[in-house]
Amino acid sequence: MGKNLYQKVWDDHVVGQLESGQYQLFIALHLIHEVTSPQAFGMLKDKGLGVAYPKRTFATVDHIIPTTDQSRPLGDDMAEKMIQVLSDATQEAGIEFFAPRSGSQGIVHVVGPELGLTQPGMTICCGDSHTSTHGAFGCIALGIGTSQVRDVLASQTLAMDPLKVRRIRVEGTLSTGVTAKDVTLHIIRMLGVNGGVGYAYEYAGSAIENMSMEERMTVCNMSIEGGARCGYINPDQTTFDFLKGKERTPQGAEFDSAVERWKSYASDADASYDDEVVIQAAEIKPTVTWGITPAQSISIEELTPDPEAVEGLDKDLINDALSYMKFSANEPIKGTKIDVAFIGSCTNGRLSDFEAVAKLIEGKHVAANVKAIAVPGSEKVDVAARALGLHKTFEAAGFEWRLPGCSMCLAMNPDKLVGDEICASSSNRNFVGRQGSPTGRTLLMSPMMVAAAAIEGQVADAREVFGLE
Amino acid sequence: MTGMKIEKISGKGVYVAGNDIDTDRIIPARFLKCVTFDELGPALFYDERFDTDDNSKHHVLDKSEHRGAQVLISDANFGCGSSREHAPQAIQKFGFKAVIAESFAEIFHGNCTTLGIPCVMMEKADRELIAEIIASDADTDMIVDIEGLKVICGNHVFNVKMKDSAREAFLAASYDPLDTLLVARSAVEETAKRLGYA
Ligand code: SF4
Repeated sequence: MGKNLYQKVWDDHVVGQLESGQYQLFIALHLIHEVTSPQAFGMLKDKGLGVAYPKRTFATVDHIIPTTDQSRPLGDDMAEKMIQVLSDATQEAGIEFFAPRSGSQGIVHVVGPELGLTQPGMTICCGDSHTSTHGAFGCIALGIGTSQVRDVLASQTLAMDPLKVRRIRVEGTLSTGVTAKDVTLHIIRMLGVNGGVGYAYEYAGSAIENMSMEERMTVCNMSIEGGARCGYINPDQTTFDFLKGKERTPQGAEFDSAVERWKSYASDADASYDDEVVIQAAEIKPTVTWGITPAQSISIEELTPDPEAVEGLDKDLINDALSYMKFSANEPIKGTKIDVAFIGSCTNGRLSDFEAVAKLIEGKHVAANVKAIAVPGSEKVDVAARALGLHKTFEAAGFEWRLPGCSMCLAMNPDKLVGDEICASSSNRNFVGRQGSPTGRTLLMSPMMVAAAAIEGQVADAREVFGLE
Repeated sequence: MTGMKIEKISGKGVYVAGNDIDTDRIIPARFLKCVTFDELGPALFYDERFDTDDNSKHHVLDKSEHRGAQVLISDANFGCGSSREHAPQAIQKFGFKAVIAESFAEIFHGNCTTLGIPCVMMEKADRELIAEIIASDADTDMIVDIEGLKVICGNHVFNVKMKDSAREAFLAASYDPLDTLLVARSAVEETAKRLGYA
């Protein structure tokens, strides 16, 4: 019996078994940011410990950084302090810091892949749940807590229990107007927000294999929203082509030998899995969340659910969500008025996201009552988009083109919803209060669907708005 | 700091009802602006407890009879969402020593364990009974028995589940793994060399 990628990478990186029964896992790449990591340096200091492998950790800032004016000191004292603490701590430890205006700053899950730091077969950690994004390259990529950030800094290892592996095969061809975001929302809807607990998800099947790396990152990004500890896709030619020539990947002959090694991590044809789910790509439609968890979604053609049609827990969940969202049962989601449109985040803030939308919005304009913002995921995305003139297209259509950061994905910077505003958002979480107002409402959808909603001023079917066949 | 053994926790309980209570609700993002975790206690469940003008919404946590409770009881998939350790830190700093729920999100569970907060899984009917008992007498003593996998509430004894590795770690005082991770320094070095990461 062969092995799947998870097993191979795990076996390679296990240092030994701990007394507790857990395993000690070597971490190949450790990424840190200003929200969850400065505290870990404090914890190390308290114990008189240093950083064991400073060259295997990289830092950036993303959550708290404003997207309009990034001049220092930042207007928000606490935000400024957080950057400063991270900057000082990394400097002292000899950790490379991709500071604002370094040319490499950005959302940590955009930065790692675009620099080529993220490579197949690695174990990757970051004090951030969407670390699962990096699994797109064939990695075990885990979000961790601050105490574990401390553990990795001090020892370059983590104490872990092995996971089970569920293969999710998406077979066939996606319909026009259906994107990687719709695939991941659909999977979460099917399997639930805690369907993945205890599992690593291996995404496979022809629809996944046909995706670009950026699309694959969108899928893996939201593994965590389905409860999975991580998600990955086997590395293949698409992966290697993406990595070739990146700043931090091996070059020349070394690249070729790296590719040979990377290939060996892919799941064997006769690998076994603890579970398997098959999804037909053709069944997936443009999907929009109506509730307060990423699983509470429907296709653009459907109605909000009816709590009376279900029993027990589900009924409560639907009632709670509808009442928070101020929606009624059996209502079309299409036509829901929106106030804000947000394109960005580690889910959908990469160059291809902006390219795809720019093509569609050319010559169209955002509706009068909608505030629309486009926020590149990193300085590199910003530079590349500007080089293509995408920012002009967005601005001409009535979007604000912002500086890179997490922006309106979460409420730690000045970009926030006000009152019970409704936001059509390309981000990954529609939790209560997530976008900065305790009564704010988030509808998750693909960037293309956000653009359609922005133009119509209400949730719309991108296929109709943009005449996609 | 390998901590003390954690075998039993006793104290009052408080029931915060709700499924899928995510870490954004446990600690809203604006409170993540900090460089230490020390001040997080008062921010626990802030937006559930206070309105936008900081007026109390008379949340169950703020009822005088529940002051000083040490056991937090909730429902399914507690702690889902972000990996922010700020959530268990806030729970701990607020004064809770154990959490009982139907189930827990994985990263949250791991964070709690490292901090020495046992996460205990209990059936819905049992939690409902405990909720009733507490509602009629908030001072009812509860004991969370990690060793015996039981929760005692008043005259009732409930069987509960815990993740084995976590339970063993509490009993062996090894829930904070850092010291053990540092022991294998040379094996770590070898692994790094073998994989070309040195
Ligand atoms: S974009 Fe959103 S989900 Fe991604 S790292 Fe930033 S805050 Fe987290």
